[in-house]
Amino acid sequence: MAEKIIIVGGGLAGLMAAIKIAESGAKVDLFSMVPCKRSHSVCAQGGINAAVNTKGEGDSTWEHFDDTIYGGDFLANQTPVRSMIEAAPKIIDLMDRMGVTFNRTPEGFIDVRRLGGAKYSRTVFAGATTGQQLIYALDDQVRRYEDEGLVSRYEEWEFISIVQDDEERCRGIVVQDLKSLEVKVFPADAVILATGGLGMIFGRSTNSTINTGFAQSSVYQQGAIYANGEFIQIHPSAIPGRDKLRLMSESIRGDGGRVWVYKDGKPWYFLEEWYPAYGNMVPRDIATRAIFKVCVDMKLGVDKENKVYLDISHLDPQDIKRKLSGVVDIYEKFVGVDPRKVPMQTFPAVHYSMGGLWVDYNQMTNISGLFAAGECEYQYHGANRLGGNSLVAAMYAGMVAGPKALEYAKGLPRSSAELSSTLFETARRKEEEKTEEIFNRQGKENPYQLHQELGEWMLENVTVVRYNDRLWATDEKILELQERFHKIGVGNSPKCGNQIVPFTRRLWGMLSLSRVITLGALHRNESRGAHYKPEYPERDDENWLKTTKAEYTPDGPRFSYEPVEMSFIKPRQRRYDVAKEVTMQNVK
Amino acid sequence: MSNDKSSSIIKPTSKDVTFIIKRSNGPGFSSYWEEFQIPYYPNMNVVGALMEIQKNPVNGKGEQTTPVTWECNCLEEVCGACTMIINGKARQACSALVDKLTQPIRLAPLTKFPLVKDLVVDRRVMFDNLRKVKAWIKIDGTYDMGPGPKIPPQVQEYTYELSKCMTCGTCAESCPNVNEKSKFIGPAAIAQVDLVNSHPTGALMKEERLEALMGEGGIAECGNAQNCAKACPKGIPLTRSIARVNRQTSVYGIRSWLNR
Repeated sequence: MAEKIIIVGGGLAGLMAAIKIAESGAKVDLFSMVPCKRSHSVCAQGGINAAVNTKGEGDSTWEHFDDTIYGGDFLANQTPVRSMIEAAPKIIDLMDRMGVTFNRTPEGFIDVRRLGGAKYSRTVFAGATTGQQLIYALDDQVRRYEDEGLVSRYEEWEFISIVQDDEERCRGIVVQDLKSLEVKVFPADAVILATGGLGMIFGRSTNSTINTGFAQSSVYQQGAIYANGEFIQIHPSAIPGRDKLRLMSESIRGDGGRVWVYKDGKPWYFLEEWYPAYGNMVPRDIATRAIFKVCVDMKLGVDKENKVYLDISHLDPQDIKRKLSGVVDIYEKFVGVDPRKVPMQTFPAVHYSMGGLWVDYNQMTNISGLFAAGECEYQYHGANRLGGNSLVAAMYAGMVAGPKALEYAKGLPRSSAELSSTLFETARRKEEEKTEEIFNRQGKENPYQLHQELGEWMLENVTVVRYNDRLWATDEKILELQERFHKIGVGNSPKCGNQIVPFTRRLWGMLSLSRVITLGALHRNESRGAHYKPEYPERDDENWLKTTKAEYTPDGPRFSYEPVEMSFIKPRQRRYDVAKEVTMQNVK
Repeated sequence: MSNDKSSSIIKPTSKDVTFIIKRSNGPGFSSYWEEFQIPYYPNMNVVGALMEIQKNPVNGKGEQTTPVTWECNCLEEVCGACTMIINGKARQACSALVDKLTQPIRLAPLTKFPLVKDLVVDRRVMFDNLRKVKAWIKIDGTYDMGPGPKIPPQVQEYTYELSKCMTCGTCAESCPNVNEKSKFIGPAAIAQVDLVNSHPTGALMKEERLEALMGEGGIAECGNAQNCAKACPKGIPLTRSIARVNRQTSVYGIRSWLNR
């Protein structure tokens, strides 16, 4: 019997896993809420990191590894990070062969730029729309395998839950066609979740509207462990909008953009002053906290608001065109001001979740047969992610998850096709009934308004600066929203094309996961990476150099902690005002 | 509609924005226009207005109605999802700023694709077309084989423009030759052939792609109206691509005729 693997999510991680599996001749069912080409990976701008050392700066995979572990404040398990970093240059070669239109040097080699938290130019890029170019290339390859009959695409289908057998192995998924709202079940020998981030929990973020974290939340409620949920990256530069906070790539600073505000009537380049060793190229958590300090504590923000100038008006317009046109166009279109002439005004925004489903080194969750890859899992970034590392992590995790899922499926004593159809039908009916139940809700609450309230609370209390009393109050608020959730009314839109019912389901997922984030932050009494508490301003390795693991219980998340694997680099103080000390590669 | 609702009619204030939205429950249902008054806020875009309707689905007459169905995702004009007809022009709703639009603002679904509901259409045909023209580079495998061929920066600068196509359908909507009566594949897929054929490895399979464009619905059905390049939100030089691919098909056609 041939193995069948299901992949949920058509972004970089999911598509890469699909290619790996199809390439070895096995069949894949690929599910995505949106056509894969519209996945959130398209929003990645700055580029993808790999220590290619093509500028003669002496970069090495060891340096990239050390920057990543140091940048993540030592919270990431080191073995998988090291494997990823070593694979990175080969991933660039692969994407190059697939025809990605990477920027070139005059001689025709792949060009590199610098991003934050690094002293080397190691970010390969395609203008300022690198994610878009990468995902299109992978989507093309998947289309080829679709043409060969190895991949079946189910686009505009949403994952609802996994099917588990008597031994709690994952045996398939229940999904909903977002056009007809029909609920269906698909058996599989292994399932890979590659469902991206959860920015929508914060109401507005740099994320796309599909990034609700629902799939992660759903399997968490089915018993999957969720790790390091409290680590949420706040990107230093976005442009405000009531519908979305639009990202202004870190590559703007990488290519020479400077951050400043007026102080005593003169431009004050506070990052350059405070962090002379890295200047504008400090990692995101550092830059965001500095901006917060300048705007909130010192009240020096532009127009007294939480905004600073991000200035490229001194750069060569030709260079801007070649390297930054994608983002500069976004700014111009949405703000109506030309950044080539007038400094941009940007402010920090929720951007990325370092936390996610707990996985082992084979990308498998604690549920046998359920794998996870990409932003929905926690493995590669520790307490803070470096710019340019998400794309490499997503693709690398997909490269691991695909073959490992297949290997797992091959080792199964009984394939899913041999299981009783009752197992699948029961799972399907359960979700169908839940959907019907949502349809019947005719209370007074509007799910979109509840979502807005959740977002406002999370944004205010669970982002840059965290206080325990406010975290506590936020959890109380989430409990209140969970109460009010039961009084939602979904109106009487017909079933076909109905958007409010699936959104209501997602809202429950967001509420459940927001408790994991908030309470995880409440418990962690230290400051590390993106997690900062003024009451506990220092990193506390003795008590907190450990991974947070949250397990679902009906009464709320239950937390436990596991030690971080540190096979290569010992923790040391993380600072960016002086050059990072040199570590030696100790071969084990 | 009942007549006794006059007391609850919401009077538009100068701070309200009027939207007139073409609605339908899908194929087989009749369509109708519904008016909405949305409170204005600075830098408001069309997506923002539709979000307000979701939170409070009340129409211009003050009646409770069903929220308008529409597609969106990235909200920064890179995913292509929220394409619709805004004041008669196909474009993305996220980058359509209210301040720059004449009011009342009329929203309607794209007309060249099958309607799903309200402002949502099914653009699957665009992805199917990419498959038809084999718009991929056939690599030997994903194992490590070193770097790809060197690419001159001038070539990259041209192909990068083509690779920004987000399959939004604006070009097809603007093209008079994409219609119910024709099978014309439309500009987007042709530009993707240009993109892949411009790559040294992609060029190895050039002929297969050209053949796919030489039959019914192929490149010959382009009527050279040149609307597509003007309509493309990403400024992709579609007409240039069509001309380049057209040249390639001619050369290929003559060559295969000579080699018969």
